[in-house]
Amino acid sequence: MGTTTEPMAEPAAPAPAKQPPGPPSTANQRRAQRGSAAGLFGNLALVLYFAFSLLPVLFIVLLSLKSNAQQTTTYLWFTPTLENYQTVLGLGDGGSSYVRFFLASLATSTGAVLVSLLIGIPAAYAAARYRFRGSEDLMFTLLSFRFAPELVVIIPLGVIYQQIGLYDTIFGMIWVLQLVTMPLVVWILRSFFQDLPAELEEAALLDGYTRRQAFLKIVLPLVRPGIAAVCLLAFIFAWNNFIFPFTLTSGDAQTVTVSSLAFLGGNQVRFNLVAAGAVMAVLPPLVLALCIQRYLVRGLSFGAVKG
Amino acid sequence: MSSATAQAPPLANAPRVSRRRKALRPYLLSVPAVLLCAGILYPFFLGVSYTFFDFSATNPQPNVVGFANFKEILASSEFWASARVTLLFALAATGLETVLGVGVALLLNRSTLIGKLFEKVLIVPLMVAPILAAIMWKLLLLPEIGWVRPIVEFFGVHGYNGTDSPVMAMVWAIVVDAWIFTPFVAIIALAGLRSLPKSPFEAAAVDGGGWWLTFRKLTLPMLWPYVLVAVIFRLMDNLKMFDVIFGLTSGGPGTATTTLQISAYLEAISYARYSSGLTYMFLLWALVFVISMILVKYLRRLQNRAAGV
Repeated sequence: MGTTTEPMAEPAAPAPAKQPPGPPSTANQRRAQRGSAAGLFGNLALVLYFAFSLLPVLFIVLLSLKSNAQQTTTYLWFTPTLENYQTVLGLGDGGSSYVRFFLASLATSTGAVLVSLLIGIPAAYAAARYRFRGSEDLMFTLLSFRFAPELVVIIPLGVIYQQIGLYDTIFGMIWVLQLVTMPLVVWILRSFFQDLPAELEEAALLDGYTRRQAFLKIVLPLVRPGIAAVCLLAFIFAWNNFIFPFTLTSGDAQTVTVSSLAFLGGNQVRFNLVAAGAVMAVLPPLVLALCIQRYLVRGLSFGAVKG
Repeated sequence: MSSATAQAPPLANAPRVSRRRKALRPYLLSVPAVLLCAGILYPFFLGVSYTFFDFSATNPQPNVVGFANFKEILASSEFWASARVTLLFALAATGLETVLGVGVALLLNRSTLIGKLFEKVLIVPLMVAPILAAIMWKLLLLPEIGWVRPIVEFFGVHGYNGTDSPVMAMVWAIVVDAWIFTPFVAIIALAGLRSLPKSPFEAAAVDGGGWWLTFRKLTLPMLWPYVLVAVIFRLMDNLKMFDVIFGLTSGGPGTATTTLQISAYLEAISYARYSSGLTYMFLLWALVFVISMILVKYLRRLQNRAAGV
């Protein structure tokens, strides 16, 4: 529709511009000017968005470097100090619970990813390569875990955990974190397996490989980058999870995301300690995410969008 | 590499793998995952069954009460207030993230120098644990130490009080959610933009289609399936968002930001009324389930149509 009216208007507009030879104010030039103005506006919008996006990070890093005397000011000029990090890590006075929380985060996240891989790789492969009854049901059950409100499982699970002694244990956390890591692993890996042509395995079978050998020696090495990306992404999500450790642990298996709340409590809040704790808890996922930027789109969309 | 051996007769044991074992193989591979699902579904169904009891910390030997929990909660004004807060938060946050995310993606897709620079740090907020993001913003918004008060005062607004007023608490909760998750929409939209075919846009440029016309008639319809994937993820997540609201306002002031997840948390964990909390959760779960089914069906139709053309 638009195209029919545009050409009608077009000849009328440039015609007078062409007649006078003096000022070369052609339509193209005007369009270019308009383009650069739009470009400038676009860049301005980008700068604004990224100021919004990075300001809180800058704020928290600066706050974590402020001394006690300055923590309740908004000043930008101050003498940076690392003593908050030392306090949080308990370097001054032998040991702190933060290190223990950090290690618990590491143990539960790593454990959750390993369990998900062991269980998820075969299931993802089966779902990618075979048409069998219940396959889609299984996939959608797993997906529904991703979208279910966590508390619907947490409340009964808390009761069960109390009864069988899994409350506040690393193993209990690994189990419940499957809700986070398992759908991710299976859905993304299925999309990676589907990307490989089935002829690959058929050729290997013709070469005398067994199905298992074909999988281990041909398929698995080819999806290794995908598996690595999924591992890191699942680790990040397990690490960043809050509601499960918050409700199902109380001390031994408590993670850094929960411990960050602890600094907010008490009689006098030490904002600089909160900030230092947050910065350290944010670093591992951030560093890992930078390693897998290429696969983030596919990972975050559960394989629905291939970036 | 297989051409030579492919001619050779198949190995004797290859066809010996009986047909039944072959048919069983996918099931065997899926058994661990099915067991895991069962291990998660058991507590889920146990939880659903609790909604028909009067189970709480003070009443560890619960009795069957039928639909009494549902009746009581559906008749309470707290539930409907909470449901309204949930929907308001989810729709506003998802809308804001979608508009901002698509906008950022369009701007980054121009591949300007500044855009390339920013693209590297785009995902930073997304990788911050939501609870930590909420705490960071909580400090940022504090009138005494945060940067928001001086910024707001610079623009001549006085009487800044952080998240103290009900309206502003909700607004900031939405802003914080958008801060974290706009990059999620942006990277998916950006991947979509980069996968679009070039020729329709070249044709549009030759025809002299303006930017807005091209965007409305060409870019947006072709990009929509990608955006919809992001919208589904965001809407589902925002309906059950806990970390951001709990970290920022804990549902306050009053009940201004008490979503269904927060209500259920208060009922089940703070007051230890398990059955009541679970009834809240079950109703939220049903809401999320219905909405996701509708959206996924719509997405499927959209994708089928795209594949059919």
